[in-house]
Amino acid sequence: MILAAVACVGLLFALSLAAALSPGVARASFLVYGASAALCIALGIVGFVSLAFPVGSAEMTLPIGLPWLGTHLRIDALAALFLLLLGTGGAAASVYAIGYGRHEAEPQRTLPFYPGFLGAMAVVLIADDAFTFLLSWEVMSLLSWALVLTHHRGEDARRASYIYLMMAGCGTMALLLAFGLMAGAEGGYGFAAIRANGHSPALAAAVLALMLLGTGSKAGLMPVHVWLPVAHPAAPSHVSALMSGVMTKVAVYGFVRVAFDLLGPLPWWISPVVIVAGAGTAVMGILFAILDTDSKRVLAWSTIENVGVIFAALGLALAFRASGMPGLAALAMTAALVHAMNHMLFKSLLFMVAGAVLVATGKRELDALGGLIHRMPVTAVLALIGVTAIAALPPLNGFVSEWLLFQSVLQSPQLPQPGLQFLVPAAGGILALTAALAAAAFVRFYGVIFLGRPREDAAANAVEADRWLLGAMAGLAILCVLAGVLPGFLIDLVGPAVEIATGAQIAPQGGNAWLTLVPLPEVKSSYSGFLVMIFVAISGGGTAWIVHRVASRGLRRGPAWDCGFPNAEPNTQYGAGSFAQPIRRAFGPVFAARETVVMPPPGDLSPARHEVETADLSWRHLYEPILGAVDAVTTRANDMQFLTIRRYLSLVFGTLILLLVGLAIWN
Amino acid sequence: MQTYAFDISHLLAGSLVLVSFMMIYQDRLYALLNTFALQAVLLAAAVAWQAFIQGASHLYASAAIALVFKAIIVPWALHRLVQRLGIQREVETVAGVVPTMLAGMGLVALSILLMLELTTTTESALAREDLAFALSVILLGMLMMVTRRNAVSQVVGFMSLENGLILAAAGAEGMPFVVEISVAFSVLIAMIVIGVFLFRIRERFDSVDIEAMEQYRGERRS
Repeated sequence: MILAAVACVGLLFALSLAAALSPGVARASFLVYGASAALCIALGIVGFVSLAFPVGSAEMTLPIGLPWLGTHLRIDALAALFLLLLGTGGAAASVYAIGYGRHEAEPQRTLPFYPGFLGAMAVVLIADDAFTFLLSWEVMSLLSWALVLTHHRGEDARRASYIYLMMAGCGTMALLLAFGLMAGAEGGYGFAAIRANGHSPALAAAVLALMLLGTGSKAGLMPVHVWLPVAHPAAPSHVSALMSGVMTKVAVYGFVRVAFDLLGPLPWWISPVVIVAGAGTAVMGILFAILDTDSKRVLAWSTIENVGVIFAALGLALAFRASGMPGLAALAMTAALVHAMNHMLFKSLLFMVAGAVLVATGKRELDALGGLIHRMPVTAVLALIGVTAIAALPPLNGFVSEWLLFQSVLQSPQLPQPGLQFLVPAAGGILALTAALAAAAFVRFYGVIFLGRPREDAAANAVEADRWLLGAMAGLAILCVLAGVLPGFLIDLVGPAVEIATGAQIAPQGGNAWLTLVPLPEVKSSYSGFLVMIFVAISGGGTAWIVHRVASRGLRRGPAWDCGFPNAEPNTQYGAGSFAQPIRRAFGPVFAARETVVMPPPGDLSPARHEVETADLSWRHLYEPILGAVDAVTTRANDMQFLTIRRYLSLVFGTLILLLVGLAIWN
Repeated sequence: MQTYAFDISHLLAGSLVLVSFMMIYQDRLYALLNTFALQAVLLAAAVAWQAFIQGASHLYASAAIALVFKAIIVPWALHRLVQRLGIQREVETVAGVVPTMLAGMGLVALSILLMLELTTTTESALAREDLAFALSVILLGMLMMVTRRNAVSQVVGFMSLENGLILAAAGAEGMPFVVEISVAFSVLIAMIVIGVFLFRIRERFDSVDIEAMEQYRGERRS
């Protein structure tokens, strides 16, 4: 199987080269994206087969890379699961891109980087030594950076890509240090050697902190998330879908691989850090999603929220595993991995919806849209499936993973540490708040874009997306429904990966009666997406039938209710800001929200203005001090450029004396 | 014989340090050059003594090189240089003599402390003491480069630093001759280059006071 994976990766890189070397080929876009889709499907099949029916060699060493190390590659169940995720997300995004790429002004700025980006992510997943992992991680960062720069003429995109480059550099630096610490003095960079090393608790804590910084900055963990809400939306929509849906999962994979597989047993006091970081990220991410007025930025903020949920589940798994409860750790881990899979499905779908709306109207601002359900009915239905899933409503897949997460939160009283017994329910409360806010955020997202009346002409004249776009979105929507209605099979599929991470699996779910989930047989809480769907179908269909049968057959259209004022403008509708206002007022200090009303003086005919300012406090309290310090240090150091020879000699002399004195004292 | 060997090499190395101190308080260029020549003579004697007690004949060649180049040619060339430059005889020091001397004593204490601390007793006492003195000479040479404004006295400081290196090399048994030769030649070439630069600097700025160059550095930030 590994051979097939390597062949796919090689072909993806070759495709990148071919796209770079042959600019201006007619239908280049179709060929590149079509081939990418085929190779992604192949990668997904490799992942699925390795996961479900492991056959053939799963290990391979290529004689390239560092001379004494080579390139070690291996597909175990964990890597296979994420390969399946990458293949699914990549295939959908590539099919979507066949249609979307036709609307790109400069396809040549996307084509050479796109297949390589997919290939680099695949190598991160199958790498079995630190060097290969870091190298492919960096290639992934750089290629996605180039993709963010696609619309390089916009000031926003340039700034976003610059911030992204900085953050990616710092993140890789943290990963480099983490792997250096794990490899130890002997420099055993193969994953097998790292696994065999014993790691002291202090070292493991340092590695985990560095991993949180390194993989967290790629996944969007607060407070190292700042690049994500600007960079993900700046890329073309199919790339946004990949970055949000798949690349953040590759980062999650990196964290799981190190924290659960390579480091071995960890002390329990590490887990609260991960839980708090995850839960805090989740609630902050969704609060900012409610406030944002740009459709793709809303989705990017929501990605941060979902990554927070995943990390909170991972923290729970760490806590349970450290306390010797592998069964509960497996439950939390299952929740994390299933949620990663689900988030890839619905977030990719929603970014594609935003892209379809962007193609149809040219607008990303929520307050320019509205009423698209009439102009783009199929997109609207697919979007409805996506928002229902992401808002964690049954019977769709978002509910399944959140339900599993809360099942494991509810088992926290079994933990022996009093601190965790208090912390985990509190984090659970935060996560419940997050889920509710997510529902609010996506009611707003869907309502403002698809319902009501068009706010601008662009929205009023939109046309339905083409069949490639609809096909890709429909595929993901069907997977969302299937994963929601038949969650048992997905959970069983994830099982071997969970086993690697926590040493246990939850009971197999595929054969339960009525497709019911019973994750903990002794607790007896259960959920059946299938029954819920049947109930929803019967009650909803029945109600519709009764209404149409008994009340009226015809479809009537009347004027919109205008509160008694004639000719109400579309702008008087409930808008994006209106939905956000209660949340903004309630959580004002979190955003440093400032509202000012500017009243014109008497006699002046200009309109009064209501202005709202919000800010991401991590900029003010974390990044600006760092930037200021760097600036101050460099300004001071700049003076060192202009000394006399004697002063330079004095500096050398002083340093030498200082070192000698240090040596004397140290001895 | 053993006691004499130790005492005499101790005496010679110690007097090198003493001459380094003398160089620190010289305030006229000619006197400084003469003191430097004296140090070179002492170095040649110390190296020759090492050659004698180690029975290493190639060290005689080192001693001869030191005597010819550093005791005769370099001081003579610098004399000519000072004459032709017609620079003022007074040497401008940055700090006063007393603080500089105190700093020098601190440096000697530091180097003795370090060397006796770092080298193990398995090595001969001779080599350890020699290394301590050599490090003192090196540090004092650097101190001189740092505390003098005049370019010529900086050159002298550099040469004296190099004397310390030769002393250390002679004390450590088994230093290859080739290395020593190449060090000696590179120092000579450095002196030539620095001499040429001194002339160029004087032509350009009418002074060899390196502080005078400062105002000509165009990109200096105010």
